[in-house]
Amino acid sequence: MHLAYPTIVAALLFSVGVYGVLARRNAILVLMSVELMLNAVNLNLVTFDVWYQDRLHGGQVLTLFTIVIAAAEIGLGLAIVLLVFRNRQNVDVDRLRALSERETPPPEHGAQPGTTQPAETAARAEAVEEAAP
Amino acid sequence: MIWLASLVALLPFLAAFAGMLFGPSLTRLLGGGPGSRPAPLRNGPALIACAPIAVSLVLAAVVAFAVWRSPGERIGVLTLIDTGSVPIRVGLQVDGLSAVVALMVCCVAFAVQVYSVAYMDGDRRYSSYAAFISLFTAAMLLVVYAGDLLVLYAGWEVMGICSYFLIGHHWEERANSRAAVKAFLVTRLGDVGFLIGVIVLGAGAGTFEIREIARTAADLPGATVTAAALLLLAGVAGKSAQFPLHTWLPDAMAGPTPISALIHAATMVAAGVYVVARLFPVFGAAPAALAVLGIAAVISMVGSACAALAQDDLKRVLAYSTISQLAVMAAGLAVGADTAAIFHLLTHGAFKALLFLAAGCVIVVAGSNMLAHYGGLRHGMPITFWSMTVGLAALAGVPPLSGWFSKDSVIEAAQHAALHGGEPLPDGRPRYALVVTSLDGSPLPGSTMPELAAVYSLPAWVAWLIYLGLLLTVALTAAYAMRTWLMTFFGEPRGSYEIREPSKVMSWTVAALAVPAAILGFFGLGAEELRPHPGAALLSLLLLAVGAGGAYLLWNRDPALDPARALGPVRPLFARAFFVDELYALMVVRPIQALARHVVAVDRSRVDAAVTGAGRGAVRLGERLRAPQNGNAQSYLTGLLAGVVVIVAGVVIFL
Repeated sequence: MHLAYPTIVAALLFSVGVYGVLARRNAILVLMSVELMLNAVNLNLVTFDVWYQDRLHGGQVLTLFTIVIAAAEIGLGLAIVLLVFRNRQNVDVDRLRALSERETPPPEHGAQPGTTQPAETAARAEAVEEAAP
Repeated sequence: MIWLASLVALLPFLAAFAGMLFGPSLTRLLGGGPGSRPAPLRNGPALIACAPIAVSLVLAAVVAFAVWRSPGERIGVLTLIDTGSVPIRVGLQVDGLSAVVALMVCCVAFAVQVYSVAYMDGDRRYSSYAAFISLFTAAMLLVVYAGDLLVLYAGWEVMGICSYFLIGHHWEERANSRAAVKAFLVTRLGDVGFLIGVIVLGAGAGTFEIREIARTAADLPGATVTAAALLLLAGVAGKSAQFPLHTWLPDAMAGPTPISALIHAATMVAAGVYVVARLFPVFGAAPAALAVLGIAAVISMVGSACAALAQDDLKRVLAYSTISQLAVMAAGLAVGADTAAIFHLLTHGAFKALLFLAAGCVIVVAGSNMLAHYGGLRHGMPITFWSMTVGLAALAGVPPLSGWFSKDSVIEAAQHAALHGGEPLPDGRPRYALVVTSLDGSPLPGSTMPELAAVYSLPAWVAWLIYLGLLLTVALTAAYAMRTWLMTFFGEPRGSYEIREPSKVMSWTVAALAVPAAILGFFGLGAEELRPHPGAALLSLLLLAVGAGGAYLLWNRDPALDPARALGPVRPLFARAFFVDELYALMVVRPIQALARHVVAVDRSRVDAAVTGAGRGAVRLGERLRAPQNGNAQSYLTGLLAGVVVIVAGVVIFL
């Protein structure tokens, strides 16, 4: 069999995976896309193992490793997704924006104590109340 | 001798700290009880305040007696501070002048302390009050005994801060604390000039020692002496409440009455006149400064006597009379009669302390400061009545009470200066006269013959102005003293309070002070220049009769009304003291406040805005830059992939 077939399949698989990771909203689907990418890599490993006729079959061994690691990773990933769902009732990757660190407003260093806006003061008071044990 | 003098000043100083620290615990120790009204002998702060000043009084009397027996200067130097340029001799100097003034200070301070025990009975902050009086007295004694200008200046400053604390004793009321701040700031304004003057004088003479400066003053360059004397005058005008800087004194009436007695009779205001007398050779060498002093004195004495004529408040009448009498002393100094001026300082100390303490009795009984609430008090409180009569008569200058002698000697000196001053001798040399430095008329030891000193040539018109001002003041003083006397003690009672003597401690202190106020004048008979002269005496007696008689006639028409009504349209002008306060508010206070507001506005809108603007600009720029950090992990990954693609493409294409 020509080398082109498995490598093209692998490339397609990988592309589908990348597309899934970049474009899907559901976190579980994102994880599945990651699996697709891993499997594309596995396919490549096996293909080139055969192509080079490696006597130690390093590619196949490495594939086994990858499968094990992928299993562990998917377990961990699903657990995280589950916890996120429990906390936020939603696993849309688009709406999980905690990384932007914009929940707290940027601190105003130049603001005078007397000139703070009422709304701002109220927000601060709320924040203080939230922070209190 | 010097040790005694230093003890005189040191005892009240230590008493101040002891009273502040241990006063209340001593009350508990003596079983005075936890209540706020312990018996006088079980009152710890009172004991700590009164006992040292009593000892100081005895020691000051001993010092004065010793100086009287063997006149002359005694100088003791505790230590010499080498400053690198002009050394400071921390030491005391005792001579006739300082000995008598210190004796007067101790007398008045003792009377005030004893009186305060009863007057401030039950006051929450009595212990700090008594301690500050002690500190005040100690500072004044330091000024009096100081042998070095900078030591004198230290006492001078401590007095300033003590006056601030004491005037603002009842600081709970806003008006009182404002009065305290005003007194502090106005005297401070003068003190700046005073300090610069001291430094100019010290740098010019090469020493800060008062005796050396007095001796070499005539040899100093004229410009230096004149500048120093004018600068010193600023401080003197501030402390002694003379014309441009007098406005703090009437407001200082916000303090408790004994404090007014202390400030007006013995300590604060006397310090200014005392310093001029102490440094008189310096002023003598600077005729321009003396002319300025004379003109300020004339304005102060006539203006404040007019103001006293129209006041409704007993204490303010006395306050304006203080300004007026201090101006009489300043006028005496300006015409070269320093002995007469100091004599008037002493008699004024006696009768003004008497007047204020008696006024305190009246205020305690009547519960009001207003003259309109008094009337007919002479039956209910005879001791106060007779004491105050003596005090007011001495103030007006009724013979043979103390004020008559001293005022007469000042008037005589002014008359002499007006008639003969300003004329150089036929050969063009300045006029010389006998200058007697010690009070009892004997010349200084160390000079074998009576020293001749140059009599400054005061311009003749200034001398005439001073003379006429003094005569006018005599008539005005008699008029306002008469008005106060009649409105307070005669006529029908106008209040609903019970007329009785206040506590014995208070009324007997007042009665005791009436004795020196009455007889102090006779001590002046020992000195040639202090004896009454028939011409001036008759003239002032006539004016006295005119002023007092006019006030009496006006009052007699309707005893229920205020004789000041005859002033008519000028009465508000007098009552507000020629609107000087308003003028200052308009010309100084408001512009400075407006300037301060502008400075604050500029600070907020320009300086602060630059700083906060830089911060806000950085934050805003950061906002722009962090726009890609939107929290969406997928877009991050997209960016990452795009970057990898670009790099790979670059590698593939370019390599």
